[in-house]
This record gives sequence, C-alpha cells and structure tokens, in this order.
Amino acid sequence: MAHRVFPREEYLLKGHVACPGCGAAVMLRHVLKALGPNTYLVIPACCTSVIAGPHPRSAFRVPVLHIAFAASAAAASGMIEALEKLGKPANVVVWAGDGGTVDIGLQALSGAAERGHNIIYICYDNEAYMNTGIQKSGSTPHGAWTTTTPSGNPGFKKDLPGIMVSHRVPYVATLSPAYPNDTFAKLRKAASMRGGLKYLHALTPCPPGWRYDPSLTIELSRLAVETGMWVLYEVENGVFRLTGPSRALLEKGKRKPVAEYLKLQGRFRHLSPEDVERIQRMVDENWERIAEMLKEGGEHSSEQG
Amino acid sequence: MSRSAGVEKILARPTVGAVLSGGWRAERPVVDASKCKLCGVCWLFCPDAAVEVSEAGVVIDYDFCKGCGICARECPFKAITMVSER
Repeated sequence: MAHRVFPREEYLLKGHVACPGCGAAVMLRHVLKALGPNTYLVIPACCTSVIAGPHPRSAFRVPVLHIAFAASAAAASGMIEALEKLGKPANVVVWAGDGGTVDIGLQALSGAAERGHNIIYICYDNEAYMNTGIQKSGSTPHGAWTTTTPSGNPGFKKDLPGIMVSHRVPYVATLSPAYPNDTFAKLRKAASMRGGLKYLHALTPCPPGWRYDPSLTIELSRLAVETGMWVLYEVENGVFRLTGPSRALLEKGKRKPVAEYLKLQGRFRHLSPEDVERIQRMVDENWERIAEMLKEGGEHSSEQG
Repeated sequence: MSRSAGVEKILARPTVGAVLSGGWRAERPVVDASKCKLCGVCWLFCPDAAVEVSEAGVVIDYDFCKGCGICARECPFKAITMVSER
C-alpha cells in the first residue's frame, strides 16, 4: 500500500512541464516527499528550470531559487548560512542536472564541499544535455549516441560520486527512481546529518534523449540496477556500503546481462556485439573494484574493532 | 519588515496546473476497478502526480495525465490499459 507508506503530500504539483514519462520528475517527487515542506530548492539551468512552469506560476510547493548554470552550489552556500543566521534551520537542496554538476557546476560544488556548507546537493543524471537537444555531457556513458556523438560516445562517464567521496564530505549516495524505499532512507539520513555537504547522485532515464517508449522509465531504472550498470550505495563518513537491491549483486551470476538494459534504448542501437561485450567487461571490472573496496573496508574495520 | 511591491510582483506562486498538460496525451490510462487491489504503485511512480488512490478506487486526473503509460506498465495486477485518444 504505497500511498500509506510514503507521504501523500505533493510538493511537485500536477500540471508541471516535464516530458511524459520523465524519470527526473518521478525522482524529484520522491525527493520532495522525503524532505518535506521545510525545503528550499536551488536550481541551475537544466530541465527542471522548464519543469517548474511558466512564470508567474510555479509547479513547486517549496521555495525555488533559479540560478545561473555555474553558480548553484555557491548560491546554496550563501542561502544556508543566511538561514542559519536567521535561526531558521531548513533543508537547502541543490537540484541540478548532470551538465550543471559534472561539467559546468563542478567548481562551485567542489568549493562548497571544501568549505563544508550544510547543504544537500542532488544531481539528477539523464546522461546528456537533454533540455537543449541531447548534447553529450561528461556524464554520458561510453558508446551512447547523442547529437554531438553521432557514432557513439568515445569517452567514458565521469564518476562524480567518486570525486565527491575524494572531497571527504560526510555523505555520498546514489539514487534510482525505481527504489523509493532506498531513496527515502538516504534523503532522511542526509537531512539529519550536519557539518558538511551531502552529495546524492540519481540516474534518471529520459525518454526523448535515450530513445525509448516513456512507459519504460521505471523498468529501465530497475534494469540499470539489476544489470549492475548503476550501483546503489552510500558512503557515510568514508565507509562504503552497498544498499537496496545492489547488496545482492556482488556475484556476477546474480547480475542480468547489460544487453538487457542497452537493447531497450535507441541511443545504444548502433552498438555491435563487441561493443556490448566491452561495456559488459567495464561493468564487471567496476564490481571487482567494489568487491576489493568492501574487503579492504571489512579488514580495516575489524582491525579497528 | 515588509517586502516591496516590486519583489511581490516578480515572485512566482505555487500553482496546481501551471499548464494543462492533459492535452499532450496520445493514449489514456483506463483503470479496471475489478482488477485493482489499491496497492498504490501507479500513484507512487506517476511522474505527474496525476493519480489519486482512496478506498473508493484509483482516479486519474485527465486534465494533467500526459499518457506516458508508466502506471499501466508497472501495475502488478495489469488493471490499467492504455486506450488511444483518437
């Protein structure tokens, strides 16, 4: 009975301007339900600038500051400091796309993380500049078609959660719109933590940009996790932990083949069997690294314990 | 301290129905009440907050449903079918 488990209040109001089947809209609905009304959003240029609706209407039931592409984490830093001076504790949340996070917003994000402002930064990653016409971003996966990589992206997806872990912020986690329980637990944990920036990174499928039928958004989000292409985890004060369904996927045999995820999307239609094989190897290698990390972490904590 | 009239003028206000997005729809989800178990999965995954669940049943707000079909796809009881708007 999902409507009894999760808050019924809506903070993303119907009549917003997201595309049909938008993964980011599902994710944002869940995020705002988890955080509640005492939340201020800071939104740089991205799809959500449009989703909010035509001025002077707003599809958000929380205050929103729309800000320039490169400035969101800096603006949120100022906002949280001002609210704390006013004695009004609140969730100050940056909600930014992958372009505004891994490319254009990265220096402001890095600075805010370094200064340790008490903000939540959420990147909703649809793996390209979707709002402006599907141009490749630093978060576009290897092999994916975009309008600027017509024969497939020769580069590799930037591991931004990993970069944020290297900043030693208190909390880093990944999210998926297909797993609301995981989302709610992580958002509530992030909101309860003080003393630094909390970074969350959500993989949000995009029907027009990924070239698939909009009814498949949740199915694709689930397949991304089940194939191991998207890993659900959290890093709390430096300690890495798999979460949700990803906990059961360490063994290769438990993961679905990546082809199941790739074949539903037009942006991967041109891939040869060898390309798919290469992507499968990259995913398997990533899981080997995760297994190593968990082993080292376990040894480390048993030494300390 | 009161805000100036100018600031009041430029602020956007929360609005249900910023646009009438139901007009974008090519197919509409139709709920078969005899199969529905009121599990709320359609409500949970609707990107448009256009599904209401109560003891009386599932009601879809066609003024705002964009017809993406996620609800029909995710319904564990196959109680929702997509019907062409033509």
